[in-house]
Amino acid sequence: MSTPDDLPRMDRRKALQWMLSATATMAVRDPSLFAADAPPVKAQGYGPDPVMVKVYKPGDVWPLTLTESQRRTTGALCDVIMPADETSPSASSLGVPDFIDEWISSPYPAQAGDRRLILEGLQWIDQEATTRFGKAFADLTLEQQTAICTDLAVAKPQAAHKKAAGFFKRFRDLTAGGYYTTPEGMKAIGYVGNMPSGSFEGPPVEALRHVGLA
Amino acid sequence: MPIITADKLQDSYDVVIVGSGAGGGQTAYTLTMEGLKVLILEAGRSFDVQSEVAMLQLPSHAPLRGEKTPDKQYGFHDCSINSGWDIPGEPYTNANKEPENQFRWWRQRMMGGRTNHWGRITLRNGPYDFKPRTRFDLGFDWPISYDDIAPYYDRVEMLIGVFGTNEGLENSPDSSPGVLQPAPKLRVGELYAQKHGKKVGAHVTSIHRAVLTQPQDASTLPGKLHPGNAKAQSILADSMRTRSPCFWATDCHRGCAIRANYDSQTVHLRPALATGNLDILPNAMAREVTLDKQGKATGITFINKKDGSEGHAMGRAVVLAASSQESVRLLLNSKSAAFPQGLANSSGKVGKYITDSVSSSLSGHIPAFEGMPIHNEDGAGGPHAYVPWTRHAENAKGEFGFPGGYHLEFTTGRQMPSLTMLNGIESKLGHEGVLFGAKLKEEARRFYGCHLGFGAQGTMLPNDGSFCELDPELKDQWGIPVLRFHWKWTDFELNQARHQQQHIRELLEAMGGKVSAKSTTDVSKLLKKGGEVIHEVGGAIMGADRESSVTNQWSQTWDVKNLFMADGAPFASTADKNPTLTIMALAWRMADHLMDEMKKGNI
Repeated sequence: MSTPDDLPRMDRRKALQWMLSATATMAVRDPSLFAADAPPVKAQGYGPDPVMVKVYKPGDVWPLTLTESQRRTTGALCDVIMPADETSPSASSLGVPDFIDEWISSPYPAQAGDRRLILEGLQWIDQEATTRFGKAFADLTLEQQTAICTDLAVAKPQAAHKKAAGFFKRFRDLTAGGYYTTPEGMKAIGYVGNMPSGSFEGPPVEALRHVGLA
Repeated sequence: MPIITADKLQDSYDVVIVGSGAGGGQTAYTLTMEGLKVLILEAGRSFDVQSEVAMLQLPSHAPLRGEKTPDKQYGFHDCSINSGWDIPGEPYTNANKEPENQFRWWRQRMMGGRTNHWGRITLRNGPYDFKPRTRFDLGFDWPISYDDIAPYYDRVEMLIGVFGTNEGLENSPDSSPGVLQPAPKLRVGELYAQKHGKKVGAHVTSIHRAVLTQPQDASTLPGKLHPGNAKAQSILADSMRTRSPCFWATDCHRGCAIRANYDSQTVHLRPALATGNLDILPNAMAREVTLDKQGKATGITFINKKDGSEGHAMGRAVVLAASSQESVRLLLNSKSAAFPQGLANSSGKVGKYITDSVSSSLSGHIPAFEGMPIHNEDGAGGPHAYVPWTRHAENAKGEFGFPGGYHLEFTTGRQMPSLTMLNGIESKLGHEGVLFGAKLKEEARRFYGCHLGFGAQGTMLPNDGSFCELDPELKDQWGIPVLRFHWKWTDFELNQARHQQQHIRELLEAMGGKVSAKSTTDVSKLLKKGGEVIHEVGGAIMGADRESSVTNQWSQTWDVKNLFMADGAPFASTADKNPTLTIMALAWRMADHLMDEMKKGNI
């Protein structure tokens, strides 16, 4: 994997795309709201001809970039969003924080905005936790964590919470999406396909009854 | 004869084909089964469908949960490599800046071309679709009728394996008895739309797709397809016996290692190679069609992408099947004293009359599906049903404000979850704010599987504002001049898109659906851009005379007798049907004609 001394080989078009998105990132950052440092990723993607059949883990193609402290906050927030219950496990036990790290460490332009939003949001939520409860977010009780998240999840967040609410919504989408795209998540939501079979029988009668077709 | 490297080229072939997709594959199949020596030049690399496609991998097995990136523009597990709208080193340009005047050009640089990556929807054009001038006083009548191509539709369907039903519909033709494979049972959403769609005049029925639902009949089909040709029959029977029927899992866009669905390599190129009459040269980017002093095509100059060197392949005839606009580009780049405006372009029509399916979509949340008993709806890796266009009498003279019609394709079912599946759950379930925690998990279970959407694909007749030409300056990484596109929607397409949106909304609402809001004030924003459906055709249209068209009814160029087109380039319009089946049927018909002409000594 590349380091700052070993700049990745990039074709001109990708370089241009990257520079444009980096410029856009700088232009919209508002230092009065957040001061987190979100250095751009310097790595390569998987290229236009990757091995499709391989099973990849976060970090296999480009390095993960969250610090230990950011990872703790990420894991705690993932589990407030997708907690364990009697039928399905928590987001952190399914590796969703690794996926979030992979996502915000992506070298592709489409994830650059999420990188900034999430790194700044993680910092904000830890500051908020410290201000309100005197501890980092990961060290709060579930009740305290939920109180902070509830402020961000309401229909009309306070003006001071507006940007953090945008972060929370996006983080929720990535966490839920990351969760339900795992085998355990698929089971939890009721997806039972991807099973080769000798025949396709169509909907069972109870499904047809459910919608008045039988 | 096998897949070769440039140093293994024979001195000359009977036929040199550019491109290995639906058109090139079908042409090579037809010719080699009859004993002709054929070379295919393919710009992409060899690709092993059986070992390289990701059939059962989950999103969590891919970087970024398999979402689209600039490297994999249809997602990580989509069966496309080195392909996309934007390919480094292979640019194209648009003459106009306005968003509605953009044309987007997908290139599939791999063995088998775009047949690796499609929905396998195989609808026949109907009788009206070949005669828009007669019916609507618009566009051009094709120089063939449905009856000319119908026997070839039967043959292609028997060869590739197509499921579906015969419905006796106007302008959505039946196949001959015994041609189609059984259609799979419909899913809940498809059945529900079938019941409730009747209220708004939507006729929901089984779609036709190139997916085997049972083993092919290897004991009788080869005899029907190759009467009197024992060798061809034997090769085809062997090929059919290696194909498994669908195992009712995974999306067909991922490719099919069990050979249940059609792609060019599985169905066309394997038996063609087995004849011993086919060489395929991958990584060969065609640059120019070469001519002799008599104005006959002699072969193709190509760039060997492995080392950048130039090569030349010789043939008694040349067939362009590089995808419609890539074939057009080849013609325009083949300039000579006899053809200063590009080859086969005495009419000035090369590059003109590009069309694409007119497409917009709309989806909704169907509350009736909430809490559905859990069951497996994977099915045949794509839609089992569709809504054909049935309002011909009402629109006989274009009273709707557009000629032709459109069909609707389904998105429905309890599909494999994707990263973005829950986005927007709150508005669809009527929540305010952002769901999280136990409540989110509970609501996700209720929400899942309730999404139902339709994409419309409709008729487009050629217009003078949709065409391509060579960019005066820009060249690709091999120094080959690139295309510059012009794109223009007419009021017909905009009117059709409005009609599509209104009809889909009515249909979703007839199912009690909550329709995702879409502004209809600027209908051009709802239309997919030109080329975005990846159904672009035309640019070397067939016609009745050499002044108004580039090829005759056999896809044979008027100007160069031994030069043929076998992709979408000869299409004189886009029907309300997907083009791939018609590309294959026209290619087979062209190949038969080519062999006749060779036998007669005319080529």
